[in-house]
Amino acid sequence: MLSQQPLYVEAQTSKNPTDLLCPSLNPNLSSHTRLAQLTLPICPLLLCSTMATGYDYDDATAVNYDDQGGPQRQDLGYDPNFVPDSVKSFVVHLYRHIREKNVYEIHQMYETSFQTLSERLFKETPWPSVDAVAHYVDNDHVFCLLYREMWFRHLYARLSPTLKQRIDSWDNYCSLFQVVLHGVVNMQLPNQWLWDMVDEFVYQFQSFCQYRAKMKNKTEQEIALLRQHDQAWNVYGVLNFLQALVEKSMIIQILEHEKQGLEQFTATDGYDYNGGSNVLKVLGYFSMVGLLRVHCLLGDYHTGLKCLLPIDISQQGVYTSVIGSHITTIYHYGFANLMLRRYVDAIREFNKILLYIYKTKQYHQKSPQYEQILKKNEQMYALLAICLSLCPQVKLVEETVNSQLREKYGEKMIRMQRYDDEAFAIYDELFSYACPKFITPSAPSFEEPLINYNQDAYRLQLKLFLYEVKQQQLLSGVRTFLKVYSTISLAKLANYMEVDEPTLRTILMTYKHKTHAVDSEGKIISNADVDFYIDDDMIHVIESKPLKRYGDYFLRQIVKLEGVINDMDRIKLE
Amino acid sequence: MGRERETQNPQQQQVSFTVEQLVAVNPYNPDILPDLENYVNEQISSQKYSLDANLCLLRLYQFEPERMSTQIVARILVKALMAMPAPDFSLCLFLIPERVQMEEKFKTLMVLSHYLETGRFRQFWDEAAKSRNIVEAVPGFEQAIQSYAIHLLSLTYQKVPRSVLAEAINIEGLSLDKFLEQQMTNCGWKIEQGHGKGQFIVLPSNEFNHPQLKKNTADGIPLEHITRIFPILG
Repeated sequence: MLSQQPLYVEAQTSKNPTDLLCPSLNPNLSSHTRLAQLTLPICPLLLCSTMATGYDYDDATAVNYDDQGGPQRQDLGYDPNFVPDSVKSFVVHLYRHIREKNVYEIHQMYETSFQTLSERLFKETPWPSVDAVAHYVDNDHVFCLLYREMWFRHLYARLSPTLKQRIDSWDNYCSLFQVVLHGVVNMQLPNQWLWDMVDEFVYQFQSFCQYRAKMKNKTEQEIALLRQHDQAWNVYGVLNFLQALVEKSMIIQILEHEKQGLEQFTATDGYDYNGGSNVLKVLGYFSMVGLLRVHCLLGDYHTGLKCLLPIDISQQGVYTSVIGSHITTIYHYGFANLMLRRYVDAIREFNKILLYIYKTKQYHQKSPQYEQILKKNEQMYALLAICLSLCPQVKLVEETVNSQLREKYGEKMIRMQRYDDEAFAIYDELFSYACPKFITPSAPSFEEPLINYNQDAYRLQLKLFLYEVKQQQLLSGVRTFLKVYSTISLAKLANYMEVDEPTLRTILMTYKHKTHAVDSEGKIISNADVDFYIDDDMIHVIESKPLKRYGDYFLRQIVKLEGVINDMDRIKLE
Repeated sequence: MGRERETQNPQQQQVSFTVEQLVAVNPYNPDILPDLENYVNEQISSQKYSLDANLCLLRLYQFEPERMSTQIVARILVKALMAMPAPDFSLCLFLIPERVQMEEKFKTLMVLSHYLETGRFRQFWDEAAKSRNIVEAVPGFEQAIQSYAIHLLSLTYQKVPRSVLAEAINIEGLSLDKFLEQQMTNCGWKIEQGHGKGQFIVLPSNEFNHPQLKKNTADGIPLEHITRIFPILG
């Protein structure tokens, strides 16, 4: 039997939450009957039985449906009030699993059924409106918010949202987050879903900023709506929601406690096995990644990395439990470090994740995020090519990743070493391809002649990046010479580089400055693959030796040996 | 609108807040903009520096460009120059709209930054002399750039010719003698007579100009990793 608890307990207002949703179920009967004639090949029972086998819908049935219903359905258009039996069954079961806190089944339905149904029934139309499904789920306020969140996500992915829909989606996120922040939510949701919420929230914010910045062809009506709803997707609102989730969830303290062994979070992948809810905690956790991303979109790399600091990215964590979160975290971490000139940090993490994607790609082929994974994979190779061109620490890159990189960008990377106009064009090309979709967060001025400003933020970041590349343009020349000498006099090197001695001294100092980054604690970190010092007028070259990590090796071997000894102890000699 | 701030970080329960704490608790609150602007001026008058507070202010300007004071932005950028070798100047530029960066005073600051980034100290000091109005308004500017120059020289040289040092820190003749004397007593500098080519200054050794001093960081193992084998050791 179902427990009769609602999905959350309102903490602040006494208003009955279901009052907020009075489903005006007034189905247009004629269209309803007409649609009913399309005998859908899925009955609720089938949904149940396929659910057990992971919703592996029969391809033949799908084709069958398309043959019968495809053309007719198009004639009928989209009726938001029509709920096919399969959708009814979907919401009923999803609601039940959520109430029973059956994370496994929720995950199956969320990841597989929702995609399958979308693919089959809602390829070019939205899902049925929330009002139409509400009465199948006891008009549960929270469930309806979750349903709408998915509804909008599906709409954004497959159709193009209108301004009104963008605003409505914002309102839905506000309601959803308010419930999580101020109520006591009684749910356990899969990490994948919670990540998708944060990810989609930030994506829709980015999408809204891009949309709003294209002022040129806005209708008067749209402009009026934009003015009227100036709080929708407001940058303060977005940042403060993410920040509030981080603070209210106490996630920073939880992670701190975990380090001292006082609490478990990572070990249980963020789930609560003591009957509590994981929603606020995990949303708070992912919001740190969300903040990193928003700050990168704004060009505030320092603050972005600061937001991520509570998560130790040198270790596995909840952020690695969802592939999308793992990739987003490392992509933005790496990009921010690239912009901060901490190339070695960027290279190291790009290398790790690219290797990971290479090895695990096949398992995600059926995932709805697969295309996104491949795209970010390509972008990170481009960023890695940039990092290695500015800081040729090839030793940090694993062989598989390196050969992939050579295949994709080998030829371009050789040309990038040349530092002529063509090289700059390649830096420009790779940066533009791989950078985040920068945004201008402020509202447009509605008065002036309407202009598009959606490219402004991107152009500024690109310009400043190329400026940096230009400052480093002579360094690859120095590097080439340093590599072949153990000592060389200033005069001789100046001669080779066709510059005078004072100029050479400035180039060498530039080399030192650009290869020595300042880390987050203000310490100087060398990123140089080849280093040198000057004594009198001789340059002494220092080859960097690869660091061998014996400590970890010994630790692993000790654990292994202990295992072997234990095994041997168990064997009784006759 | 999610702007509520009823809970504060437990570490920060003092009665009066410093501006840094204000920023930590309200990173996205437009109401603290005037406090942050005052704090920029305070950083200049009392020779303090807070990158986080300044980035927070630039962020608020980015969100509400109509509230931006270009004078304050220019001051932030001068302070960021003084934070070299840290990349603060670029970090600030990333947040300043391009049309603002086109203004003359910002162009000058960008040229100054370019010279510092590329180790061209002579050009830097020449240019700085031409824009006294910008840099002289900030106490400690010269000293800050001088210590950046010395930092860069110490990364590069074991022994640096006196003339190269003089050019980098823009001090010559008797003043330089006095400066060297101070550095000899306070920072362990030494003077060596070169073979007919004038003086050399021996800079203190560090891991960058004396590679043998480089500590092998890989040798250390964090305690967390050791704890894994505690049960075995016990």
